[in-house]
Amino acid sequence: MKTVYFDNNATTKVAEEVLEEIKPLFCDLYGNPSSMHTFGGQIGRRIRQAREQVAGLLGCDPSEIVFTGCGTESDNTAIKGTLAAMPNKRTVITTRVEHPAVLAVCRDLENHGYTVIELSVDRQGQLDMAELEDRLDDDTALVTIMYANNETGTVFPVEDIAELVTSKGAMFHTDAVQAVGKIPLNLSKSNIDLLSLSGHKLHAPKGVGVLYIRKGTRLSPFMLGGHQEGGRRAGTENVPGIIGLGKACELAAENLEAENSKVKSLRDKLEKAILQKCPDCRLNGDTDNRLPNTSNISFEYIEGEAILLMLDKYGICASSGSACTSGSLEPSHVLRAMGVPFTAAHGSIRFSLSRYNTEEEVDYTIDKLPPIINQLRELSPFVTK
Amino acid sequence: MPAFAGKTIFDTQYTRYETMWEYTDKLKDHFFNPRNVGEVEDPDGVGEVGSLACGDALKLTFKLDKNGKIADAKFKTFGCASAIGTSSVLTEMIKGLTLDEAAKVTNKDIADYLGGLPEQKMHCSVMGREALEAAIENYRSGGKKKHELEGTVVCTCFGVTDKEIERVIIENDLTTVEEVTNYCKAGGGCGGCQGEIEKIIEKIQGEKVKEVPVSAPRRAGKMTNIQKIQLIQQTINEQIKPALRAHGGNIELIDVEGNKVIVAFRGMCAQCKLTEFTMKDVVEAKLKEFVSDELFVEEVKESAQEPHNHRE
Repeated sequence: MKTVYFDNNATTKVAEEVLEEIKPLFCDLYGNPSSMHTFGGQIGRRIRQAREQVAGLLGCDPSEIVFTGCGTESDNTAIKGTLAAMPNKRTVITTRVEHPAVLAVCRDLENHGYTVIELSVDRQGQLDMAELEDRLDDDTALVTIMYANNETGTVFPVEDIAELVTSKGAMFHTDAVQAVGKIPLNLSKSNIDLLSLSGHKLHAPKGVGVLYIRKGTRLSPFMLGGHQEGGRRAGTENVPGIIGLGKACELAAENLEAENSKVKSLRDKLEKAILQKCPDCRLNGDTDNRLPNTSNISFEYIEGEAILLMLDKYGICASSGSACTSGSLEPSHVLRAMGVPFTAAHGSIRFSLSRYNTEEEVDYTIDKLPPIINQLRELSPFVTK
Repeated sequence: MPAFAGKTIFDTQYTRYETMWEYTDKLKDHFFNPRNVGEVEDPDGVGEVGSLACGDALKLTFKLDKNGKIADAKFKTFGCASAIGTSSVLTEMIKGLTLDEAAKVTNKDIADYLGGLPEQKMHCSVMGREALEAAIENYRSGGKKKHELEGTVVCTCFGVTDKEIERVIIENDLTTVEEVTNYCKAGGGCGGCQGEIEKIIEKIQGEKVKEVPVSAPRRAGKMTNIQKIQLIQQTINEQIKPALRAHGGNIELIDVEGNKVIVAFRGMCAQCKLTEFTMKDVVEAKLKEFVSDELFVEEVKESAQEPHNHRE
């Protein structure tokens, strides 16, 4: 059976072009870019090229790019590094719907004497800009707000937020792991100070991330050791990861248009058909400001894990915000923050597409999903005929 | 290839997220091809447990034959694959049994019949047993009685009583709080009742719990009063606050007088009726573990007359 992969917000396929690019780096060109011999030194040039490719996608200077081990490391470095460099300010502002890579770091800061403000969101998952403005004060060191939500795809007005935050003298970091490659960025024209991205979300391998650090930003390094990355991130470079990410960013820039046309129309077709064919469904997120590839749908009266397993039987991969799949006994913190009732949160399914998905896969899923929903509802004690 | 049919998934190390791939073939069969779905017409007994909010619910109905044996049993279940699979299996297990025989079915019997359940899903088998019990109770009371919670509620997040906790401990020989959470969800929400659960385990298992070798906690030697207060504050910050924060609660260290530690609970925890005998005990246990055996905790209630300047 063919795998239909609609879980691209979890991870993505490595692009063939990326794989070709990094293949020689394991057994042939395995040198250390820090070495003085040509064998290693030539790798340094390739890393420089990768840095330029990433900067090209983000619209910034290559010197502002620091390669890290993953998106989580980028987030940790941005938050802790900023605070360490601003010891006199003790307040951090974030949102209740952040990825754990940000939320867990912020909640830990509270144990170290910081005041952490978690902004709430409305039913669409949107922020109240007036609330943010109200909470900003002289003690605010850092505001960290994601670009786009991984579960619902809701996109925050990050450029406006960055302008507001920096005008009040605070630093602004955004976790853009889900946004990069789907939303056009031009950091040279933006007020964002720090931005995190992750390789494996845009068709590069796992184990590599980027932290964009605007020129002139004071940041204490998180990893100490050698002089790699200009002393901003010690540790021998993940050469295949970095070079693969460079190539992936080049491809992402070429495909940005397709993400917002082809991928979006596939997503829309899938979503529209599901909502039409299955009664008692609701769409979660802000449909006016949403990633082009993500759709989060709640199916009332049934539970997400059961839906996923049934889909899995047909080779269809998706994910859920239900308690049984969240690794705890409670459903998704994002859906709960949005006020989605527990009942709908337990039955939520996220489909996240990529440029590798086809219309045939969408049609196949539109065909298979409604009977699954019906079958599970026939089992449900909450459905009365 | 569906992931659980592929070998690669089974070969990887399990995390909590991969529990769905640990299901036995028998469970998967009962999930994909559930038996006895629906409601028996004109049932003799009806058992309903769980709720939409909790994430799983089961309605079990049965009809007796003239010999008093279960002639037909049907189920309707809202929940994950294991909740549906265990319900289906339960209906098969009880057909042909007398009510006395059916009443003896334990959650362990249900799990064993399936060839085992992932630890984190054991509560599904408990839900099955509870529904069966409720249905029998309903029949014996002449259809009048609906399922009622017995005992006093210990876990407010999932509405689990001390009686239910005692029962899963005895029937499954449980010795840790984590196991109790896996079997009946108690303690899996805010975690505020974990101290109480620990006490119930100790009461039932007694010596068995103490048999587990526990290394002596590493503690500071002689401390000055200031060092002690700092260590108490640090322990509260690192060991206690995160669990409370996760559920909208908080704790504040008010004062230390000799060995008396005075704290106040904020937010959700302050309104929680169980504060008295759970939160205080959890805090005290942690402080004894990390600071000194001598410490004991007292709680001050927030009063409107004495405003605190704690940050929110």
